[in-house]
Amino acid sequence: MQWSSLSDFLSMRGYGLYVWGSYIVAAALMLLEPWLVQRHRRRALQAAARPATEDQSS
Amino acid sequence: MNRPIRWFTFAAPSRFYRLVDVINPWLWALTVGLALAGLYVGFFIAPTDATQGESYRIIFIHVPAAWMSMVLYLAMAFWAAMGWMLNARMASMLARALAPTGAMFTFLALWTGAFWGKPTWGTWWVWDARLTSELILLFLYLGYIALVASIDDMVRGDKAGAVLAIVGAVNVPIIYFSVRWWNTLHQGATISMTAAPKMAHTMLVAMMLMTFAFWAYAFATVFARAQALALERERDTDWVRDLALARKES
Repeated sequence: MQWSSLSDFLSMRGYGLYVWGSYIVAAALMLLEPWLVQRHRRRALQAAARPATEDQSS
Repeated sequence: MNRPIRWFTFAAPSRFYRLVDVINPWLWALTVGLALAGLYVGFFIAPTDATQGESYRIIFIHVPAAWMSMVLYLAMAFWAAMGWMLNARMASMLARALAPTGAMFTFLALWTGAFWGKPTWGTWWVWDARLTSELILLFLYLGYIALVASIDDMVRGDKAGAVLAIVGAVNVPIIYFSVRWWNTLHQGATISMTAAPKMAHTMLVAMMLMTFAFWAYAFATVFARAQALALERERDTDWVRDLALARKES
C-alpha cells in the first residue's frame, strides 16, 4: 500500500483534481443511467396497464 | 408479396424480456463485484507510475470506457443491420438500446481523457487524430439517437438509423489505428495483440477488472433499456398487457 495517510490518498499526491474529477463523473453517470433506464421501463409498464385509447402519446 | 412470418417476430421480444429478468440481477452483481475489486487493486495494490505519478490511475476507467465506446458502436451497427436485413424486431430494439450507453461511454472516454491530458500534456484538449475521431464517434451516437427519435414511423426510423450506424462504423478502425497512422500526442495502444503488455502486472489486472465491470454494466443497462423499448413497441400484445396487469395487481 502506497498511501501514508487518508489526506495523502485524497490528494493523490497533487493529482486529486484530475483523478477524482474523472472518477466522480464516471460514478455519477453510471448511477444515473441505470436509474433513468429503470424509470423508463417502469413508465412503459404503467402505460401498458392503461387502456390503449386513454393514452396515445407513447 | 408474402408478409414475413409474424409469430416468430412477435414471440421473440416476450422471450427476450423474460430472459433479461433472469440474468440482469446477476449482471448487476457482477458489475458491482468486479468494479469494487478493480478499484481496490487499482488504488491500493497497483504501484505509483514512475513518470506520471498518481495521475495515471485515470487509466483504469479511461481505457475501458474508450474500448466500450468502440465495441458498443460496432454492436449497434451490427444489430441495426440485422434488424434491417432480417426484419428482426428485437435486433432493431437492441440497436436503439445500445446508443445511449455507447454515447455515455464515449463522453466518459473524452472526459477522463481531458482530465488525464491536462496534467500529462498540459492541455485539456488538442485537435489530434485520436481525440478528434473519438469526438466524431460521440456525434455519430448523438446523430443516431436524434435521427431515430425524429422519425415517427418505427420501421422507417430503424432503417434510417441502420444506414447511419453502418456508414459511421468506418470511424471505429480510424479511432483504433489513429495513434499509428498519424503523429499524435496520444500514447500508443495500451494493450497490443502482438506484444507483451508493457505495464506493471497489477496495473493490468486492475484495468482488466474494470473492463469486465464495464462490460457487465453495458449488458445490464442495454438489456434493461431494450426491455423498456419492447414494452412500448409491443404495447398492444397479450404478453405486455398480462405483464402490466400482473404488476398492477401485485
